[in-house]
Amino acid sequence: MTAVLSPRNIADRLEKEFPGSIVSSDDNSFEMNSTFLVPAARFLKDTPGLDFDFLSYITGIDRYDHFELVYHLVSLKHNHSLTFKVRCYGRDNPSAPSLTPVWRGADFQEREIFDLLGVRFEGHPNLKRIVLWEGFDGHPLRKDFLG
Amino acid sequence: MEIVPERPSLIELDRHEGQVIEDMKAASNRPLSDPVAWLEEDIERNILLTTVDAMINWARGSSVWPAMFAPACCAFEMIAMAASRFDVSRFGMEIFRASPRQADLMITAGTLTWKMAPNVKRIYDQMAEPKWVLAMGSCGVSGGIFASSSYAVVPGYNRIIPVDVYVPGCPPRPEALLYGIRMLHQKIAKGSLARHDN
Amino acid sequence: MTLKTEPFVVNIGPQHPSTHGVFRLRTTLDGEVIVDVEPIFGYLHRGIEKLAEERTYGGIIPLTDRLDYLASMSNNMGYCMAVEKLAGIEVPERAEYLRVILAELQRIASHLIGVGAFFNDLGAMMTPIVYMIREREKIVDLFEMLCGQRLTYNFMRFGGLSQDIPEEFLPALRKFLDQMPRFIDEYDQLLMDNEIVLARSKDVGVLPAETAINISASGPVLRGSGVKWDIRKADPYSVYDRFEFDIPTGTAGDAYDRYRVKVEEMRQSLRIIEQAVAQLPGGPFRSKVPFLVRPPVGEAYAHIESARGDLGFYLVSDNSIAPYRFHVRAPSLINLTALREMLIGWKVADAIIIFGSIDIVMGEVDR
Repeated sequence: MTAVLSPRNIADRLEKEFPGSIVSSDDNSFEMNSTFLVPAARFLKDTPGLDFDFLSYITGIDRYDHFELVYHLVSLKHNHSLTFKVRCYGRDNPSAPSLTPVWRGADFQEREIFDLLGVRFEGHPNLKRIVLWEGFDGHPLRKDFLG
Repeated sequence: MEIVPERPSLIELDRHEGQVIEDMKAASNRPLSDPVAWLEEDIERNILLTTVDAMINWARGSSVWPAMFAPACCAFEMIAMAASRFDVSRFGMEIFRASPRQADLMITAGTLTWKMAPNVKRIYDQMAEPKWVLAMGSCGVSGGIFASSSYAVVPGYNRIIPVDVYVPGCPPRPEALLYGIRMLHQKIAKGSLARHDN
Repeated sequence: MTLKTEPFVVNIGPQHPSTHGVFRLRTTLDGEVIVDVEPIFGYLHRGIEKLAEERTYGGIIPLTDRLDYLASMSNNMGYCMAVEKLAGIEVPERAEYLRVILAELQRIASHLIGVGAFFNDLGAMMTPIVYMIREREKIVDLFEMLCGQRLTYNFMRFGGLSQDIPEEFLPALRKFLDQMPRFIDEYDQLLMDNEIVLARSKDVGVLPAETAINISASGPVLRGSGVKWDIRKADPYSVYDRFEFDIPTGTAGDAYDRYRVKVEEMRQSLRIIEQAVAQLPGGPFRSKVPFLVRPPVGEAYAHIESARGDLGFYLVSDNSIAPYRFHVRAPSLINLTALREMLIGWKVADAIIIFGSIDIVMGEVDR
């Protein structure tokens, strides 16, 4: 059974490592400040004992006043998992750092979120629309998209 | 550069027509014999009289080659139809052509999205006349279950290309598809070279 | 005199017999050698994630059928598990066993097409796949017995199945289980040590284990690279922890290993079905669930090992009858991440094999 690591414990460790990186934490996930995303991801990936080598999925949720990005990490080595979230604000040009340099599995998923929700991923090597065509007006998964 | 076709002057046309008359006159100095008389007996028993339309439509209908075109789910019912169990080769169409230029029939096996639409139009345009389109599945007919997602899905192939036969179902069973193909055969049989309405 | 070639761009797809649907590879070729590839998606993007936001939870089950249309039962199962987790619905034991049987049958059916299509790509045009479709039809018949559909089953419901199995199902399944191992042996006799197959797929399209993990690959692609990771063992769902089975893995991570993993998985699936049929309990096939499920505010993620890998459903509920957000972790899409570097340096004919060995379904890639 994949053990779910306590998000509170991990959040405390990250807060110790990167002061100011954690916004909140509860029993299911913790929320991270997006500026610390890449160093925190590297920390989660490379720290012995955590070894989150597998980025299971990323998804984005439109919460009207902000976009919530959900990251789900798995360690194949220790068979444990972790979920955390990042918020990005603004409807015109929301952005978050890209995790593609850390886990390449993020590549297509970030492009998909960019395409369907319009969240920019800074540092993504090839950020362009993936499923819709260039010139498509709007981002369909936004709640205010008019189809 | 514009190519101007050579137009013979009128007097030359008159001379040509006159020559045709003269030739015919020269070749027809004896009465034609009774057609049956020049046939051997075994050949005589093997001649059928028919119209050119019926003959050509029979040939066309018995060798409809589908294009290998399979966007989505329905593809697997189309493949099942082509495989040994339902065996579409009974109708002379087991050869799925990868090149649209060799195909007569497009079986639209799956959802059409706006992103794919220009490609479908192009495939259709590449197919040689005479050509037919069989809209397979609810998505092909009307967009089906995805029709309300208007941002990505074309509500039916007939927005892009003319469709001859509609086979509903999500996906249609291979039997239903065979029935649709039989209907297409009936449609082909009604076509006429002169009217060019197929 | 040296011959120089200009690199030129060739589109493989979106309509191409070996792209398994409508997928496009924009390749840059130097002669016949691939120097650059850009996969282009979206020719089957039907907006399923958006559509799901306007449907009731139950109304989404038919949409999940059409994600990975070669493995509809697995998709049904993954989605139903996510809703059950979100709404706290219990599933009776009989339903769990039947789900396992159906999911494993579906895996066999899907792998038959996956392997058959791989041989199509390899150049063995039509002969192997016609045999494999013959066996797939037997499984399709079993499913048709349950729900009347041949491809999109829409059979599972929250808290169980839409109906119990008919009494002729188990004898028919027994017959299939007795026949199938012989058929798999037959394929292996024909194909496993075939010289052409070995020459064309051994050491072609190697995906090293570290890369496979880094790109979040899963399913036969990950296991072909030698990583022993199967959700059924690593994070057992349903009643998979009660069955004995092995996780076949490859060693080299090449196209041949990915094909072998699929064949071995078919045998393991048969093993699981045998055990599940032997242990199949009686009782209800579905727990009492309201027609309109209204899960509490929250989110849930459930994942299963589908035929193509780690298939996950992430649901966000706002306590209404439709999900606030419905996300699919699509293994087919993520498995393609390393496609570019797997293809570069190979010839066009090899590219078709490498791509075929990943075994994707476009409905799931584009959604």
